[in-house]
Amino acid sequence: MANEKVTDWSTDYDIFDSEYMKDPFPIWDELRGKCPVAHSERWGSSWMPTRYEDLFKIARDIEHFSSRDVLVAPSGPPPEGEEELDDDRPEALRDYQPSAPPITSDPPEHTWARRLLLPPFSAQAVARWEPETRELCGSLIDGFIDKGRADGGGDYAQQIPPRVIASMLGIPKDMAETFTAWVRGFLELGLTNADLQNETAREIFGYLWERIEEHKEHPQDDLISYLLASEVDGQPVADTHVLGTSFLLLLAGIDTTWNSIGSALWHLAQHPEDRVRLIAEPELMPVAVEELLRAYSPVTMARYVASDVEYNGCKMSEGDKVLMNFPAANRDPAKFENPDQVIIDRAENPHIAFGVGIHRCAGSNLARMEMRVSIEEWLKRIPDFHLEDSDAVTWAGGQVRGPRLMPVVWP
Amino acid sequence: MTRVHVDPSKCQSDNRCFQLAPELFQLDDYGYSHERDNGEVPRELQEKARLAVTNCPERAISFVDEQG
Repeated sequence: MANEKVTDWSTDYDIFDSEYMKDPFPIWDELRGKCPVAHSERWGSSWMPTRYEDLFKIARDIEHFSSRDVLVAPSGPPPEGEEELDDDRPEALRDYQPSAPPITSDPPEHTWARRLLLPPFSAQAVARWEPETRELCGSLIDGFIDKGRADGGGDYAQQIPPRVIASMLGIPKDMAETFTAWVRGFLELGLTNADLQNETAREIFGYLWERIEEHKEHPQDDLISYLLASEVDGQPVADTHVLGTSFLLLLAGIDTTWNSIGSALWHLAQHPEDRVRLIAEPELMPVAVEELLRAYSPVTMARYVASDVEYNGCKMSEGDKVLMNFPAANRDPAKFENPDQVIIDRAENPHIAFGVGIHRCAGSNLARMEMRVSIEEWLKRIPDFHLEDSDAVTWAGGQVRGPRLMPVVWP
Repeated sequence: MTRVHVDPSKCQSDNRCFQLAPELFQLDDYGYSHERDNGEVPRELQEKARLAVTNCPERAISFVDEQG
């Protein structure tokens, strides 16, 4: 079923369709005009709002729209007979139900789990990682600048977030390639391949559990040790909670920002006027980053319908998913003037690329810092560049969208 | 005197107001925003205050108009 070509996007959309991954914008325009909350049975029953106001309302209605499952395709139960294969799992994890708090939590757990993460991800706290990020960007550029060409995705955007989040968590940066492969296995290829996703999750949880055990023996000045030392209501946070949150930070810290940096470069490669302006007026950068986030929002998390509910005439059943299409909301002409145009100094921009409401991204200051620094360093060294062949760019998509292979050249 | 107010029940630490108008807002250790100086907006910061209000995705900031 899932491979059949979509003919009606309002009743049978497929977010994993290659056309949708590459260019979803006309599809969203069509849906907003005639069927603002679309429905599909592909990958299970799901709904997809595309108007800003609908996204805003649904995101805030946590009573009907739970976060217990934020991925659209069912991950499915573990295969029969798996118990026998479980021997390699640490004993403490035999009964562990994988989760990724706070993104997969509802209140009351969500409240304290998110509050725990806010101080280390505040703007002041992430500023500590800026020099290292800048140095990393510089050394990546050193590696390809003399060639006059690079894959802006694989050689640059993809390389930055895994190393930064590894430093913050306190896990080895030289595992960056493995982390990236895990992210793809879980959130890219794994979204439509339950076996791959389960296997990848198991590898990640197993790896992080070992790092947590090490941190318990030898506390460091890093996020894993911070979480292990944290208390909620006078009680230490459970090790398995630290595991779930570390899993979230590793995955969310990599995939989203990698795509945002890639999309920003994709845009700048095609818009010399924006490059010139950012170089001449570097103080515009924070506003420009928000505009690039609006226009190329990468993330479409899902919600789980907690009880039957009718929304705008749509009868949603318990267990349905709702795709929180924040990227489409950010292109809604009812909210943004000339939404398809990147206005690099757009003054009024209440975008919801990071979501809205209680599940709004906790790592946005880190994402903003990485985007700003990676663009600044690139433009400093490579002020004039363009796509080698726009048709050669490949896109990943579904629930997290951004360019993968993106050959760029410069004089 | 025009004043601005951040509704703490709506703020999700987006930091947009602080980016746009650090003269009017301050952040706590969690990144939640609070108005400075009782929210008073001097005449020369009116436009910045307006931008902080319109850019907050949570709709957490509002103008509080007082008589006199």
